[in-house]
Amino acid sequence: MPDTAQNKGRMLTFEILQYNPSDPQSKPHMVTYHLEETLGMTLFVALNMIREKFEPDLAFDFVCRAGICGSCGMMVNGKPLLACRTLTKDYPDGVIRLMPMPSFKLIKDLSVVTGQWMDGMSKRVESWIHSKEEVDITKLEKRIEPEVADATFELDRCIECGICVSSCATALMRPDFVGAVGLNRIARFDIDPHDERTAEDFYELVGDDSGIFGCMTLLGCEDNCPKNLPLQEKIAYMRRKLANVKDTGGGLEIRVEG
Amino acid sequence: MKIHYCDALVIGGGLAGLRTAVATQEKGLSTIVLSLVPVKRSHSAAAQGGMQASLANSVMGKGDNEDVHFADTVKGSDWGCDQEVARMFVTTAPKAIRELAAWGVPWTRVKRGERSVVINTERTTITEADEAHGLITARDFGGTKKWRTCYTADATGHTMLFGVANQALKEDVDIRERKELLSLIHKDGRCYGAVVRDLIDGELEAYIAKATNIATGGWGRVYRTTTNAVICEGTGQAAVLETGLGTLGNPEAVQFHPTPIVPSGILLTEGCRGDGGVLRDVDGYRFMPDYEPEKKDLASRDVVSRRMMEHIRKGKGVKSIFGDHLWLDISILGREHIEKNLRDVQEISMTFNGIDPADEGPKGWMPVRPAQHYSMGGIRTKPTGESPDLSGLFSCGEAACWDLHGFNRLGGNSVAETVVSGMIVGNYMADYCLENEIDIDTATIEAFVEKEEQNIREIMSRPLNDDSIFDIKRRMQEIMDDKVGIFRNGEELQEAVDELQELLKRSRKVGIRYVTHASNPELVEAYRLPKMLKIAISIAYSALLRTESRGAHYREDYLKRDDANWLKRTLVRWTDPEATLPEVFYEELDIMKMEIPPAFRGYGRKGMTIDNPLSAKRQEEVDRIREELEAKGADRFEIQDALMPFDLPENYKEKNERQGVGYA
Ligand SMILES: Cc1cc2nc3c(=O)[nH]c(=O)nc-3n(C[C@H](O)[C@H](O)[C@H](O)COP(=O)(O)OP(=O)(O)OC[C@H]3O[C@@H](n4cnc5c(N)ncnc54)[C@H](O)[C@@H]3O)c2cc1C
Ligand code: SF4
Ligand code: FES
Repeated sequence: MPDTAQNKGRMLTFEILQYNPSDPQSKPHMVTYHLEETLGMTLFVALNMIREKFEPDLAFDFVCRAGICGSCGMMVNGKPLLACRTLTKDYPDGVIRLMPMPSFKLIKDLSVVTGQWMDGMSKRVESWIHSKEEVDITKLEKRIEPEVADATFELDRCIECGICVSSCATALMRPDFVGAVGLNRIARFDIDPHDERTAEDFYELVGDDSGIFGCMTLLGCEDNCPKNLPLQEKIAYMRRKLANVKDTGGGLEIRVEG
Repeated sequence: MKIHYCDALVIGGGLAGLRTAVATQEKGLSTIVLSLVPVKRSHSAAAQGGMQASLANSVMGKGDNEDVHFADTVKGSDWGCDQEVARMFVTTAPKAIRELAAWGVPWTRVKRGERSVVINTERTTITEADEAHGLITARDFGGTKKWRTCYTADATGHTMLFGVANQALKEDVDIRERKELLSLIHKDGRCYGAVVRDLIDGELEAYIAKATNIATGGWGRVYRTTTNAVICEGTGQAAVLETGLGTLGNPEAVQFHPTPIVPSGILLTEGCRGDGGVLRDVDGYRFMPDYEPEKKDLASRDVVSRRMMEHIRKGKGVKSIFGDHLWLDISILGREHIEKNLRDVQEISMTFNGIDPADEGPKGWMPVRPAQHYSMGGIRTKPTGESPDLSGLFSCGEAACWDLHGFNRLGGNSVAETVVSGMIVGNYMADYCLENEIDIDTATIEAFVEKEEQNIREIMSRPLNDDSIFDIKRRMQEIMDDKVGIFRNGEELQEAVDELQELLKRSRKVGIRYVTHASNPELVEAYRLPKMLKIAISIAYSALLRTESRGAHYREDYLKRDDANWLKRTLVRWTDPEATLPEVFYEELDIMKMEIPPAFRGYGRKGMTIDNPLSAKRQEEVDRIREELEAKGADRFEIQDALMPFDLPENYKEKNERQGVGYA
């Protein structure tokens, strides 16, 4: 890894898409800015400097600035990344091109609507525990095997950043595709012993081409997921499981791997 | 003008707001949640270390119960908290965590048999009981007698927030994102909702409700170096201040966390030390045991942060271009433990600093220095969560001064507070909605909206001067870091108050370059800035007036905790909108009603209190009542009730079952 100190003071070039769809006068265009690199500079730091120095109304979204909340996905030199975790020093030629993530509605510049998209996904896959058990919260909690709790947690780590959706060819073609994020969510509830849903129940929710059978296993999601979730493995597993529910499941041929 | 009506309006979609919304929606009340950002991105997501609840499942938590949790919380608060609220809290926390488990939060579980842990830098083997297998486990945290902090690796806030947000979706709560509270609509001492700005199209809307809850989180961003998210700007609390009626409690009570990483200020959880990590100085020496022989690296946060700064002042810090810092060493825990239980910490350290904390020896040490972390102060409420000043206005979570934390919050008690207060306050709020109708005329609503329209028009019409919003904001943050930080003194606090007032005046004149309504971040900065300055001034001014040291509020010119004169809560009200200083007054804490009267905390410097004669008197009384009842064979619940009775809604006051002891 190059020493950060060596890069201090380098001139960086930012090319940033600017467009305000709500303003009839506005046309998408790239604007270039030059900034001096600082030690340990992230895109969070750089974009705020650009806003302060040059473009007070430049729109982008950050909340935690620590790679935890999933707010700041954007296309960085063509690759969807969490901007707050992206260091300028990793761009040797010092040219950084920023575009909003595709597949989501653009608000302005680099800011897109991911929240409502994710809420729609959550409602579609009914992203909550389904159980008929009456829980008495004054009593001991239900026992869960430690390994099973850990496995559920692994898939619960998704931060709904939308990067998998922006990396996905199916999602670009089919706006109703539930995305790796949605299929991972199904896998998560499938593992969770609190949830009583069966494969048939999940089939009802995602047993079609806009769900589990829409995935073309192009792997973009898993390559880019900032939480390194095992998306392909989980999608393949759920597909096998749901394909068994009805052999005539979806339009696409069902490939079973692994 | 758009007017939206609902029964319960919740502003803020973090853990506190969402749990409140579930409570009101479950009671059949139409509930709307408004948030600056998609709710799952609220700052609650960033909580790493865990949630305190006295389940006593792990062998290291044996013997824990509400009483122990209560005593830890009161001592942690340096006797600044409302003990009745603390009792409500500790009684409900086990229920809250069990509810969350049922909602799918994948709490890390106890595994039977032997387990290797690091305690006091020694590898030790502990054995978990067969009977505890599969129940929720806990880790050690600062200022606690037992291992009580339940967790999901180090992503606890994230999993909790998703659990509660998903539950809100299930209940079909109406959640609206990119909506900003500007001001509260009120008439004749009752709150009727809010004027809200849509952050996409810039339109102003009125939300009218039977009851309104402010759950907008902390105000850390009035400081420059903070662990808080960029949206933690205190605009919710400022809206209450700007009613001229509502009050803020203890704004000077600001927590500084010992271990944010340098320079970004991103937090490395207390779980690092809870799991056995230690602080080291420039010589690689573990210095905390010298200062705090008993709790060492795990004394309460205010104490550890001060000891670290004290050590740095002695020249033992590590020099860097970002200032002096110390080291946090978790490499002694071993790679396996780190990659399982402290994964986010590792990820943060590797991404932002290029350091793998699992690397053995100095190579894996992470640079840390205390920074602003938590606001104990906030919107003053009664134990029901309702404002004592405006009926129909509620608040909970970090935004509120319910007063669970007094002058220092224990790690793990905040996410616990968010859900517990959401359950409790949500219920009281529902009661209010069921008992009260909306009886406000549209003319009043329109006047409140027009006032905000007018404010935005005024900002956009200001001529550009050579001042800049960003400069004023940065200066405010620097003043707060430099003069209203961990060590405070009268002279610097006075300077801070003076200069902040000047900044407030400047903020009312500064122009903006872009004068469009829709999606305009510069305009947003411009109308938020005076609000943030009012919060900053409230903190600095209250800190100046409080001439004692208590918890996180540390005055170098008044080193003692002064129970004789300062056992009281600061209240701040901003009546005159043109003024640059608020009115400050005080609410006495009644020692004679306390279950645990003021005493030594068990950590920090000894002999540093000015005692109140009532403390000893109450202690005698408490001892007498306890003895009498014990003689009669009373159990701990009956004794507690005799000492300090308290109420809870629903079945929250029922006893909590524990493994091996049942409901004892
Ligand atoms: C890095 C970090 C780690 C932490 N770790 C722990 C831990 O391990 N254990 C623990 O107990 N505590 C921890 N805490 C503290 C704890 O996470 C917070 O105190 C708690 O989550 C706050 O929850 P909340 O619901 O009150 O507010 P938040 O989660 O901050 O939510 C505030 C909500 O209000 C909205 N909002 C704000 N202003 C407005 C406005 N003007 N209009 C409309 N909406 C608005 C926001 O959009 C957001 O939805 C940590 C804090 C930090 C910063
Ligand atoms: S699966 Fe990964 S990439 Fe997709 S939303 Fe979740 S965290 Fe982001
Ligand atoms: S701002 Fe939270 S992930 Fe980037």
